[in-house]
Amino acid sequence: MRVIIIGAGQVGSSIAADLDDTHEVVIIDCDPERVDELNYSLDVLALHGDGTSVETLEEAGVERADMVIASTDNDETNIVTCATAKAISEAFTIARVKNTEYLRTWQRSEKAFGIDFMVCTNLLAAESIVRVVGLPAARDVDSFAGGKVQMAEFEVDAESPVANQTVSEADRFDSLTFAAILRDGEVTIPRGDTVIGPGDRIVVIGSPQSVQGFASSVSPDEPPGTAEEVVIVGGSEIGYHVARLLEERGFKPRLIEQDADRARELAEELPGTIVMESDATDIDFLEREYIGDADLLVSALDSDEKNLLVSLLAARLGVERTVAVIDTTPYVDLFEAVGVDVGVSPREVVAEEITRFTRDGGAENVALIESDKAEVLEIEVDADSVLAGKPIQESIASLPEGVVIGAITRRREFITPRGDTVIKPGDHVVVFVDSCAIDDVSPKL
Amino acid sequence: MKLRVDYRASLRLVGTVLKYLTVPLLFPLVVALYYGESVLPFVVTMAVTVLIGTGLERLAEEPDIGAREGFLMVAMTWLAVAFVGAIPYLIEAHGIPFIAQPIHPESTLGNPANALFETMSGFTTTGATVLGDISFDSHTRGIMMWRQLTQWLGGMGIVVLAVAILPELSVGGAQLMDAEAPGPGIEKLTPRIAETARALWGAYLGLTVLEIVLLHGLNVTGHAPGMGVYNAIAHGLTTMPTGGFSPEAKSIEAFSAAAQWVIIPFMVAAGTNFALFWHVLTGEPKRLVRDTEFKSYLGIMGVISAILAGVLFFGDGLMSVAPAGETYDQVYLEGIRTAIIGNVEPAIRQSVFQVVSIVTTTGYASMDFNAWSAPTQYGLLFAMFIGGSGGSTGGAIKIVRWYVILKSLRRELFTTAHPEAVRPVRLAGRTVDERAIRGIYAFTLLYLVLFFVSTGLLHLDAARAGFDVSILETMSAVAATLGNVGPGFGVVGPMGSYLDFSNSSKLYMVLLMWVGRLEILPVLVIFTPEYWRR
Repeated sequence: MRVIIIGAGQVGSSIAADLDDTHEVVIIDCDPERVDELNYSLDVLALHGDGTSVETLEEAGVERADMVIASTDNDETNIVTCATAKAISEAFTIARVKNTEYLRTWQRSEKAFGIDFMVCTNLLAAESIVRVVGLPAARDVDSFAGGKVQMAEFEVDAESPVANQTVSEADRFDSLTFAAILRDGEVTIPRGDTVIGPGDRIVVIGSPQSVQGFASSVSPDEPPGTAEEVVIVGGSEIGYHVARLLEERGFKPRLIEQDADRARELAEELPGTIVMESDATDIDFLEREYIGDADLLVSALDSDEKNLLVSLLAARLGVERTVAVIDTTPYVDLFEAVGVDVGVSPREVVAEEITRFTRDGGAENVALIESDKAEVLEIEVDADSVLAGKPIQESIASLPEGVVIGAITRRREFITPRGDTVIKPGDHVVVFVDSCAIDDVSPKL
Repeated sequence: MKLRVDYRASLRLVGTVLKYLTVPLLFPLVVALYYGESVLPFVVTMAVTVLIGTGLERLAEEPDIGAREGFLMVAMTWLAVAFVGAIPYLIEAHGIPFIAQPIHPESTLGNPANALFETMSGFTTTGATVLGDISFDSHTRGIMMWRQLTQWLGGMGIVVLAVAILPELSVGGAQLMDAEAPGPGIEKLTPRIAETARALWGAYLGLTVLEIVLLHGLNVTGHAPGMGVYNAIAHGLTTMPTGGFSPEAKSIEAFSAAAQWVIIPFMVAAGTNFALFWHVLTGEPKRLVRDTEFKSYLGIMGVISAILAGVLFFGDGLMSVAPAGETYDQVYLEGIRTAIIGNVEPAIRQSVFQVVSIVTTTGYASMDFNAWSAPTQYGLLFAMFIGGSGGSTGGAIKIVRWYVILKSLRRELFTTAHPEAVRPVRLAGRTVDERAIRGIYAFTLLYLVLFFVSTGLLHLDAARAGFDVSILETMSAVAATLGNVGPGFGVVGPMGSYLDFSNSSKLYMVLLMWVGRLEILPVLVIFTPEYWRR
């Protein structure tokens, strides 16, 4: 596959590095020194030029390209680049944006701007932060269908009330599907009478509320969800989205923002969040508001150093876990070494997302279980799919073992899949697929 | 001193409105013709309105209405129509020298203060009356129809009506409607303000017609004796504006239970934000069910009605001995006690009707609630301060303001404990502007100050004039006129009247009704020097 990447910053070069051994990669940047450097360090063709110009794209061979990835730091440049590429070629276009308004516009039609796939840095970063909140017992959490569906993997230990129960006993939630049980590295598709043993890992797919509910029945000692107190420092776009996503999941986070106007704006946007206008390094304030009692503190200020400072201060006051947004990707390890519990680099998150997407082609969204034992795919069902227009019982019968329909969303509404549910074209389906079956199943869906 | 308010422009528009008042005057004229009564009161009034109207219209060429001119125009319009509207009453009582004999020389409305009180009470949809004997023996049907019609014209607002039909008001219209419409701020339903005004008036007219048809339908099917065409129209014209003038001395008590049940939902509708009806008609019925104010409005009336229905059912809510000098006697009291105590339907009907009537500020009575015990009467006095929804025809403080006040007080408590917290006040998911909250506090405080000060003044004036009223009666009179409710307790109770107050007290209450209908600020502002200066 011939892939053209525009923008050789942290995101672009990281994607290039991931793809260069399996694909033909051309990378374009307007900084000649950076171009030189890449030509020596990676097995790619680096070109100097402006990605929005037709000549540069043609020089990069856009008419032969299968994919164009616009990943500069400027949203408008990325959008125009994709639109230009679409106008002169058939390539699949991917744009990275920071502004969620563009994402919303694109989601409306999924054709807007000539972009086939759009990733939003701020939103992805916020999503990956939110994933570590709330489900302490979960080993892995992933969202699908714009947050309407969640996949989670839990480890069941001997003390868990769920241990030694059958699946039908453990399943007390309407909108939850038991996708798989992983035992000694083997994937089992559970049935109602399958017994959950201690040490098993369970993969469930369902609405965020039901996954949340199931988490507390797996380990009632670590009350997840609403009991968890989260403090967000910094009302940046990422901070805002973290608060918004947490609200959607029923949390009542607190958000600290220093700027009065921005604080008011956030308070208006976020009805379920307590917005406080203060300097997050004001110790008196932190003590008065008992910030030290929080279970989790997310620092999403606009500078890495401030985030480090706030995280260390919070840890010292007694906050259990700290998550810091770190813009400079190489700092992540360093910050985690000196005391930040989780460092999230928005650029890294985006690069990973794009790479993952280029690997898996058609699926809207993919999560890997136990690195490669199984995959959870989100698919938009079209009329040709074996799933379309039939009750699930029938369509599952025509597929090999190891496939579970975990959840369906229709017009952004959650539908619990049952044997007699009929899937319609246009529905989004979240499917669990055992890796032995993946090559056989993917084309049929 | 150079005036910064273009008062000529304002007065010119007042003139235009007066001129067009001729058209509604045709209605009682037709009624008078039908019943073979003298049409002179209306013909003369029409001539006067045209004369004054065209005179005022000459003051300015092209009126340019700004915010300040808007306040003046709205305030002056209401004062002007009240003065002009009193003319038919005066002619009925005095006739015209050398031309016509008086029709009913004994009419209490012969006193100019009384006539002005009655018209202001009509246009502001208060429903407080100084009519004395409410019957067709002392007043012609035409005059009584004019009295009912003043309420209907005032309900949705004379100025809103003017904006709906006068093209010259298309520019400053929003300004004017904002000054007149009940509740904080107006909701533009359509891009053009005249269309919004027409939509509101359309819904108002439609509901009025529907009520008239239903009431008369009950009469035709034999379920509501007495609800003939005249009465059906009269009550249709006074329910929807939350007015409460009834041509029957016994108000709605004169009609069957079925008629009372039919009137209740129309009073509820009249106290609802009319913009919601527009949304229902344009295919968004969910807006009505989801509206926070509408839900609170129904909830408040439901809770108060339930409590009162309980106390009426068990008899605790009713007096057992009629006090001397009341508007009813022991026989009446025994009658309602046997009808209500222990009987589910009458207990529920009486409490629901009375609560809806008071909360929406309609002011109809399905019984003489002077016969209720003191604590239940205080319950009703409290209800007089609630009011209907913003954008309805109801008066008083209004649900939306109470809602915002309660929410912002809760916010104050929260920020006392957490000084750094930033908490916008939300109304149905939307944040309320801090300036609007300040305006609501200012309005409510002014309303209460005006209530207490006026109670004191009226009580003093009554003592001066040797008129014996209790403090509860005075309080209820002030709450009922300032909130445009209508009846109060005791002498001003539903079967009584404001007739015995001195002329000075009545003129003061005319002021209260005027100020209350326009929600205080647009009227008070024109009395400040800052308004007139640059």
